[in-house]
Amino acid sequence: MDNRTPSTDSPWLALRTLTPARIALGRAGTSLPTGAQLDFQFAHAQARDAVHLPFDHAALSSELAERKRDSLLLRSAASDRDQYLQRPDLGRRLHEESAQALRDHAQANPGGMDVAIVIADGLSALAVHRHALPFLARLEEQSASDGWRFAPVALVEQGRVAVADEIGQLLGARMTVMLIGERPGLSSPDSLGVYFTYGPRVGLTDAYRNCISNVRLEGLSYGMAAHRLLYLMREACRRQLSGVKLKDEAGIQTLEEEDSNGRGGNFLLGER
Amino acid sequence: MASFVHTVGNQVYRFDSLKEVMAKASPARSGDFLAGVAASSDGERVAAQMALADIPLSHFLSEALIPYEEDEVTRLIIDSHDAQAFAPVGHLTVGGLRDWLLGDEADEHSLRALAPGLTPEMAAAVSKIMRVQDLVLVAQKIRVITRFRGTMGLRGRLSTRLQPNHPTDEPAGIAASILDGLLLGNGDAMIGINPATDSTSSICELLKMLDAIIQRYEIPTQACVLTHVTTSIEAINRGVPLDLVFQSIAGTEAANAGFGINLEVLREGYEAGLSLNRGTLGQNLMYFETGQGSALSADAHHGVDQQTCESRAYAVARHFKPFLVNTVVGFIGPEYLYNGKQIIRAGLEDHFCGKLLGVPMGCDICYTNHAEADQDDMDTLLTLLGVAGINFIMGIPGSDDIMLNYQTTSFHDALYARQTLGLKPGPEFEAWLARTGIFTQADGRVRFGDNLPPAFRQALAQLA
Repeated sequence: MDNRTPSTDSPWLALRTLTPARIALGRAGTSLPTGAQLDFQFAHAQARDAVHLPFDHAALSSELAERKRDSLLLRSAASDRDQYLQRPDLGRRLHEESAQALRDHAQANPGGMDVAIVIADGLSALAVHRHALPFLARLEEQSASDGWRFAPVALVEQGRVAVADEIGQLLGARMTVMLIGERPGLSSPDSLGVYFTYGPRVGLTDAYRNCISNVRLEGLSYGMAAHRLLYLMREACRRQLSGVKLKDEAGIQTLEEEDSNGRGGNFLLGER
Repeated sequence: MASFVHTVGNQVYRFDSLKEVMAKASPARSGDFLAGVAASSDGERVAAQMALADIPLSHFLSEALIPYEEDEVTRLIIDSHDAQAFAPVGHLTVGGLRDWLLGDEADEHSLRALAPGLTPEMAAAVSKIMRVQDLVLVAQKIRVITRFRGTMGLRGRLSTRLQPNHPTDEPAGIAASILDGLLLGNGDAMIGINPATDSTSSICELLKMLDAIIQRYEIPTQACVLTHVTTSIEAINRGVPLDLVFQSIAGTEAANAGFGINLEVLREGYEAGLSLNRGTLGQNLMYFETGQGSALSADAHHGVDQQTCESRAYAVARHFKPFLVNTVVGFIGPEYLYNGKQIIRAGLEDHFCGKLLGVPMGCDICYTNHAEADQDDMDTLLTLLGVAGINFIMGIPGSDDIMLNYQTTSFHDALYARQTLGLKPGPEFEAWLARTGIFTQADGRVRFGDNLPPAFRQALAQLA
């Protein structure tokens, strides 16, 4: 068989080592060559499948128990995946039974809490299965000296970001940290989002939250994400606010330190 | 508040307000069902369109969909309405406006003059009774031309925003995507990064890097890092080189509050950008992103349908003479635009309404993995918007945004539109592509250079 194809390979294949982006794909005429075209279609099919993976809260709950951490299994007002996808308002509210369970818990454990950790499936249960507990372990390790009281971990089925407001409010928590599956990308079906709110209460807008996104092995590391989050949490405690008014100044080192090709910046700006 | 009654055969349809007629006349989409404002049947929807077609345009100046006292966007719309510009169509109904727009009187010149006389609600209303071909045909007559370091929006041109996002903002990774895009002829609208983190120091480093690349290779384009307008102001205060000032905007005061902005904050951002005086051809420097559903997602829609809310965002945009405005049409997800059909229609509506109001519209032709859409739908919308004369589209490696986790048009997709529709990049960038030997274009066909441009060959050699 003749191995030559009528497509043109990219002359800048070397760049592939620098980014997971789909660069240097070559071309057939000016269009995508067949291989790249079908790779894309397969990735899309996989991402579609990830959206519909069920949330395995039982596994998370038992793993937390092994670490001597209590958890509360909750669900949003969305009854199933189809409704969840079309009714975000229901995903932002707790089912009445879950709300009652939290009220009962708060009554039995008065005095409020410093931090409520909320873990929700969001749009990728895969992300939560893989990254929520390792990230949480790093966070608790790095915050040991802060002396915060943590509420039991809330595990929410069919949850969206804002459901953490209701949970934090019902638990009487000063801060909420929401760990949630972000919408799957083609090359990242397992990206975890971290949302932080000081003074959670029902009805807050996104302007009151800080977001750290893309926590996964190929993205932002657990350690760096925990470092940024802790900076935000400590600043929030000091200034008693979160969101747009609380800028994340903890990322100063990312551009200077994470230099993959070791040439002080990037190849487009090297010595001439 | 007026009520509107429409009779078809022996069936009487009653609508209690202009807002209700507008919402029920909107072609079906999931977001309006989510908000509870959609028509309850197909028959009611068309009856609402018939009722809407009979409403005089002048009525829109007396019945605000969101009260003047409650919303600064309404105040902006009413206070900046140009009665003289409105005069040529002031006697018409919504249906009459559609006919007028399709006719010969409406040409590039008359439509440019009309723009300040139309309110976003009038534009939204007429779009609701237009088919896809109407939205394309009328938009194609309109040109909205803007300038900074390059010229956008000329007839026969299609520009691209090179979007080199990286999951951790790694400079070398971003540079690799930039070079990939440039060598495929993308990037004349801007090189615009969505940063993975909103840390001010990281933003400043990215801005310095983009500025250095643009200067080193003498690329006639503009840089943008898509961060909150207050962060851009802070970067400017720190003396960082910044071309375009970005902000997400929406069509109601409350939705904008959800973004942490208002008109005053936007004005401060605009003036901070102007103070740098970095445009060589012009000083259009605001870059806005919008999208149907943003007001509803912030619970700030006042019962107004999502397409009308979106149109109102263009009134906010045009107040600041933007360089480009981008409707990120399929990003928001299936709860607002459920499938390919809804995304395609919405993209064409947004482009049409924006252009009619004098806004330099582009479209992020995109979808997410939880929407019922795929690449075929995007090809369809790209082709239609290319015919409609859109100012710019996105260009990313292989349609896969590895930071924002969605699919938009690729570098290759832009080349497809160039080849099939004969569309060229902006003239300054076209000349740069020819000068560097990347490609030339004649009769639509793209002809790549035989060798890599020397400057880039040298950069690549550093990796060996």
